[in-house]
Amino acid sequence: MKKKSLEVSRRRWGVVFILPQLISLICFGIIPIVIAFVLSFYEWNGFTIPEFIGIDNFITVLKDPDMWTAIKNTAVYTVIYVPCSIVLALLLAVVLNKVAGKLFYRAVFFLPQVVTSVGIAVVWSWIYQPQFGILNMILRFFGFEGKEWLRDPSTAMGAVIVMSIWWGLGYNIVLFLAGLQNVPAAYVEAAKIDGATSKDIFFHITVPLISPTTLLVTITTMIDAFQVFDQMFLLTSGGPVKSTYTIVLHIYQTAFSEFEMGEASTISLFLFVVIVAISALQFKLSNKWVHYGE
Amino acid sequence: MVKKIRFTRKTFGQIILQLVLIILAFIALFPFIWMISTSLKGSEEAFAYPPTLIPEVFHWENYKEAMEALPFPHAYWNSIKLAVIIVIGQVITSSMAGYALGKLQFRGHKVVFAGFIGVMMVPTTVTSIPLFIIMSRAGLVDTHLSIILMSVAYMPMGVFLCRQFIMGLPNDLMEAAIIDGAGFGRIFYKIILPLIKPALASLAIFSFMWNWNNFYTPLIFLNSEDKFTVPLLLNMFKGKYTVDWSLIMAASTIAVIPVLVVYLFAQKHIIEGIALTGTKA
Repeated sequence: MKKKSLEVSRRRWGVVFILPQLISLICFGIIPIVIAFVLSFYEWNGFTIPEFIGIDNFITVLKDPDMWTAIKNTAVYTVIYVPCSIVLALLLAVVLNKVAGKLFYRAVFFLPQVVTSVGIAVVWSWIYQPQFGILNMILRFFGFEGKEWLRDPSTAMGAVIVMSIWWGLGYNIVLFLAGLQNVPAAYVEAAKIDGATSKDIFFHITVPLISPTTLLVTITTMIDAFQVFDQMFLLTSGGPVKSTYTIVLHIYQTAFSEFEMGEASTISLFLFVVIVAISALQFKLSNKWVHYGE
Repeated sequence: MVKKIRFTRKTFGQIILQLVLIILAFIALFPFIWMISTSLKGSEEAFAYPPTLIPEVFHWENYKEAMEALPFPHAYWNSIKLAVIIVIGQVITSSMAGYALGKLQFRGHKVVFAGFIGVMMVPTTVTSIPLFIIMSRAGLVDTHLSIILMSVAYMPMGVFLCRQFIMGLPNDLMEAAIIDGAGFGRIFYKIILPLIKPALASLAIFSFMWNWNNFYTPLIFLNSEDKFTVPLLLNMFKGKYTVDWSLIMAASTIAVIPVLVVYLFAQKHIIEGIALTGTKA
């Protein structure tokens, strides 16, 4: 009898304690997702009465050349940014792990990460400034012709990517350094005694042993890359001639400049599906290259 | 002899590594150094070739002018208000939910947990459109309340983290407390909370940094200057003073330096907190 009342009390308290987060989850997580899904079948400017149009939004979205530009740009950004950021972070983490001053360098490389995207973008637009920016001044010093980095369609995306790598590198370094703590020093010592070079150790011991961290870093970096917005919005507004126009920028434009709420929801669901699909694919492929412990 | 040669080769390698790292560290810091340097220059020197790293004359009045141009102290107040309220709310409700999911396991806790995991996959852009519609219907667009409402008790990642930590705590403590006649509310307050303090500190740091730096949400939900957070105001400043780079850099410094100073003193805790939340979530 007593045990039963204890059980009841436990469940009651459970409900009480979950309530604030559960209500918010329903109101600000699940209901909005449902609305987004429903909206994708409607034409609506946010003010008048929504009109049911079936799958017309899906057709409009896929026929819109801006959508394809956005997909292409997001893909280009992801394909360059993700590998560069991961490889650089891994190399730096491995190096930092065995030099004096590891904590100092870790703090320095992480520093850009604590600054808001707006601060980052404002400072970099000054660095990239064509006439008086420090980048072109340095190039001029070495006898090279400077460029209008952010106003030239052929360089704008590259300029944004360089800034993004610089901004986000520290986070991945910190995750890799944490992962490296799980590589037993005994393995490295044993390999050294057997005459392994640092290259052998890196590729045959370090890389396999931290592969769970690499998977985590790859997936989170990719998810972030698919949703890139701040950098482009602030540095180039998607220009010049849409050369840095990404999917989230497209959603933002469609929803909050053109007030096509239905169409914008459709694009956002498309992005959601792509993110889930690619993350699932990553997990599936990970069987081939990720090694979990003993 | 052989050993000695190897030793010197090794030290040589270390010196090269250190040199490379120092150069990279300089590159990592340079944009901020350059920001501060430009912010103290007169408009002529800011555009001069060759550029100078240390200004000939320190134009401190740039800061005064930037402060007078747009209300930075007020934006700071807005940012602090939003971040503090949201962080406190998120940490308290996340730990409560973690306790409910990890130890109390009420009926249906598995479904609820799956719900929290599920929404973590959903991009913020998906929910931002319906949330904007809901908030405008409720007449809450352009109020801080809109942002507070939808964030103060909503942090799926925090719920996940707290659940993991609380589940890992031994049951004996709880059982002993029950025998002593403690209720489940008291157990949470007296036993669980003290034990997960380090995890909560990490969560608070993560949440604070995220909310403080967030640009997308305030961009959508706030329109008027007196509601702006620091990132929004800086963005506005950049739009207003497009070519006055020393003023823009002074404004950036005003927006960025307090964060950097906090980082300088608390970097170890901040990085370890981020590593913890990043590797667990």
